[in-house]
Amino acid sequence: MERDNKPAVVIGAGPAGLCAAIELKKAGAPVILMDENSKPGGQLFKQIHKFFGSREHKAGVRGFDIGKELLEESMTSGIDVRLNTEVVGIGQGLSIWAVENRTHAYTMDAAKIIIAAGATENALSFPGWTLPGVMTAGCAQTLINVHRVLPGRRVLMVGSGNVGVIVAYQLLQAGAEVAAVIEAAPQLGGYGVHTAKVRRAGVPFYISTTVAKAEGVECVEHAVIVKVDSKFKPIEGTERMLDVDTICIAIGLTPSIELAGLAGCKMIYVPELGGNMPLHDEYMQTSIPSIYVAGDIAGVEEASTAMEEGRLAGIHAAWSMGFLSEQEMLAKTDIARQRLLALRQGMFGFKRLSAKERIVLQGKSR
Amino acid sequence: MNDNILLKVDGAPSLEELKAAGMLPSIDELKGRGCVCIECIEEIPCNPCETSCPQNAITVGNPITNLPMIDRTKCSLCGLCIPACPGLAITIKSMDGESARIRFPWEYYPLPGKGEIVDMVDRMGKVVCKGKVLAVSNSSSNNRTAVITAEFPSAFIQEVISIRRNYG
Repeated sequence: MERDNKPAVVIGAGPAGLCAAIELKKAGAPVILMDENSKPGGQLFKQIHKFFGSREHKAGVRGFDIGKELLEESMTSGIDVRLNTEVVGIGQGLSIWAVENRTHAYTMDAAKIIIAAGATENALSFPGWTLPGVMTAGCAQTLINVHRVLPGRRVLMVGSGNVGVIVAYQLLQAGAEVAAVIEAAPQLGGYGVHTAKVRRAGVPFYISTTVAKAEGVECVEHAVIVKVDSKFKPIEGTERMLDVDTICIAIGLTPSIELAGLAGCKMIYVPELGGNMPLHDEYMQTSIPSIYVAGDIAGVEEASTAMEEGRLAGIHAAWSMGFLSEQEMLAKTDIARQRLLALRQGMFGFKRLSAKERIVLQGKSR
Repeated sequence: MNDNILLKVDGAPSLEELKAAGMLPSIDELKGRGCVCIECIEEIPCNPCETSCPQNAITVGNPITNLPMIDRTKCSLCGLCIPACPGLAITIKSMDGESARIRFPWEYYPLPGKGEIVDMVDRMGKVVCKGKVLAVSNSSSNNRTAVITAEFPSAFIQEVISIRRNYG
């Protein structure tokens, strides 16, 4: 097979993008990894908790240590990492339009493009939501774990999925009080082991409850929470006031599909994985040959699954560029798939597994 | 969908839920040398407890969403599984007459000091009795999860899970 000497361009240096770039580089393919941030690693460096999974998934290792390992691997293998580089467009014929340091724009032709742009936190609007002190859980996590600044003294966490519960725990670790974790659904969303460690720290959980309003003059001074019925309608007379100066919103994420949309990738709506996302096959190829997606953009899951999806995309791209034999590609793909499958088992994984199977089924017949 | 009702309502499992999952040791098992208590009643993909055990006393197997099973005859009570569990779900408890001990994971500053009198809490975070810190271990192999040993009245052995956190 002819080797393609144009580079593979990986967009986004989070867990998926880093792993995709590492697989490409290991195969000997030219690869450029771009990220709009000043540091690579995506969300990994904010994750101070120990990861789940098995040894192959780096279980028991804290997220930021996994980030460090991946970064070292990418640096020692000599991947061309371009930070402060925002990809603002993908044109015909796999042309990348990048802006460096917000000043210098350039275009570049890629042999393959892997979009690992991640996801964006969902907002929730309620009276008072524009007051300083209302923020997403990811924002609070960035403040405490990256900038080492406590966003407030007493926090209300809205949303009991793993993000909400993990960030609530990390806020406790950072020295804040968490007044409550509330959940609109009739049962808590996150892993029981996560909720249990927050609960034993004395934090109450309120199910079928949402935030009615935030009040304060210059910033949040208190929140009013309210019970909701089975249709998520507030039940009058059940309001209660919580003394908090910070309200964190952790109600889910939406895949960041803008670039894939610009490139013309076909989308599929999968509510259980965060909404609209690019259709893709079992190798993470989108409806456009040579454009791949990996990580949260391909359906919101977690860093462990993002890393394996990144590997799948990188391995397949390296093979299609002529840098891996079909046998090597299939063998490596099989290992990554087995690891992914292990992460998508059980009562929490099952929904994601069946949603992913639905995407791949449609993606194959694209 | 879920039998662990209180876990999904209150955030922590009740003693009944733990018992139903086979994860609440009996008083007889807690007497004397004591035993490892694993409170992991949901099928999540995770097995560091299994790989951390030098005695192969904990089995998760395949798939890794299986609940961990402990073979108490093999367990040496070394406690390596306590900081290995990413869910902070493992403790070691024992009792001798009126006195009980717990070894539990701890990830808050400040660390309690040896000999310090502390408030022992239950799974809901409620203070149930006083206790005394006997040891604080935070070796590098713990990867920043300290393991605290505390002594408290044995009447509360099933309820106690940790200590109250100090802050502010």
